[in-house]
Amino acid sequence: MRIPYYPGCTLSTKAKGFDQAARQSFAALGIELAELKTWNCCGATFPLSRDNLLDLVGPVRNLVSAAAEGDKLAVACSTCFNVLKRSNLVMRNEEDKREKVNFFIEADYAGSVQVLHLLEILRDEVGWDNLAKAVKKNLADLSVAPYYGCMFLRPPKEMGFDDHENPQILENFIRALGAQVADYPHRAECCGNYIAAFDLETTKEMSYLILASARKAGADLIVTGCPLCQFNLDRWQQDLAMKHGGFRPIPVLYDTQLLGIALGLDATTFDLDKHYVDPRPILAEKGLI
Amino acid sequence: MRIQLSAAKVHNDFIRKVEEMSGQDLLKCYQCGECSAGCPAAFAMDLLPNQVIRLLQLGEHEAVLKSKTIWLCAACQQCYTRCPKGVDLSRIMEAVRDLLMLEQGDRIVIEKLPAETLAEFPQQAFISGFRKYTA
Repeated sequence: MRIPYYPGCTLSTKAKGFDQAARQSFAALGIELAELKTWNCCGATFPLSRDNLLDLVGPVRNLVSAAAEGDKLAVACSTCFNVLKRSNLVMRNEEDKREKVNFFIEADYAGSVQVLHLLEILRDEVGWDNLAKAVKKNLADLSVAPYYGCMFLRPPKEMGFDDHENPQILENFIRALGAQVADYPHRAECCGNYIAAFDLETTKEMSYLILASARKAGADLIVTGCPLCQFNLDRWQQDLAMKHGGFRPIPVLYDTQLLGIALGLDATTFDLDKHYVDPRPILAEKGLI
Repeated sequence: MRIQLSAAKVHNDFIRKVEEMSGQDLLKCYQCGECSAGCPAAFAMDLLPNQVIRLLQLGEHEAVLKSKTIWLCAACQQCYTRCPKGVDLSRIMEAVRDLLMLEQGDRIVIEKLPAETLAEFPQQAFISGFRKYTA
């Protein structure tokens, strides 16, 4: 199976390991993630002002590219997923905006593409049972905290991705890989998003609540599907350990990295060495790398 | 705080524009406080999310424009998701930010961001941030 694939800006630069692990894991599962021939940054935020049509141009251009290559678009990054999916709904449901955006970019697009997150493809195309059968490593001794953040789930009416207060897709993914799920209350709390680049002290504390909550639940590591969540959670843990006595840093992996490792792929191209809290010791201790 | 109310003030031009840009009816909010209870950034805010709406309902937008709350909202949409009246507060925050920046200029000067921040943060942080902090 071949599905057109949108990597996005951060997966092509700072989060190459996320992208590599996605492509290799899906290839191992018989799905080719075929990068769009032309794409641009999605804009990383969905415009919330009703008169802001210009910020729809970036995501819609990607959707137009995708429509030329198939009826589905696979997305790994949960922020890109949010922006592309919501922009697609605007093109599908809001005639006035559709006409204006199409006129501006000289296209004729009405929201035909189905924007899919990689986890949805695992659930619906591969299936959790088949995924479990493809797993080569034994993760039974690994406790994994799922971190959704905001973009996967909200607003639920538009994302329609999972139950927004009690999501299960990451939990089912972790269980299919054979690992244990660490259940903790902060899995869908915002990490601070882009505010981190402008008001770091506030977002460090937001991240700390999430990290400490996952640790308290006994997690060995956290998995997420967003490069900015990954960075915000990963980057400041040394500082947080200095400030909050007793806090032990916890590695933050991408969902696709854990997938690749579970499938027994060579993890040397997953950029595990680029993480701030090195995940390799715990992975080695559990016999996974 | 003593507040003097008048029809002209409550329905002032700024409030009208906020409602227009956000597509939200400010008077839908009955101040249950669910937004402030669930907001992960509320601990750092000088005005709580529900106070932002209350002040706008009363035409007291000057207090909102001065607060740092509008710059701490990362549009995570927790408030909107939990609001029993379906008020999308993150759209209101965005309208207030945009109107303020259209009048007073951008919130940040991109050239002044520290080199180490630019080198280290993921691209996504800047693209989102520039869209939220510049008009």
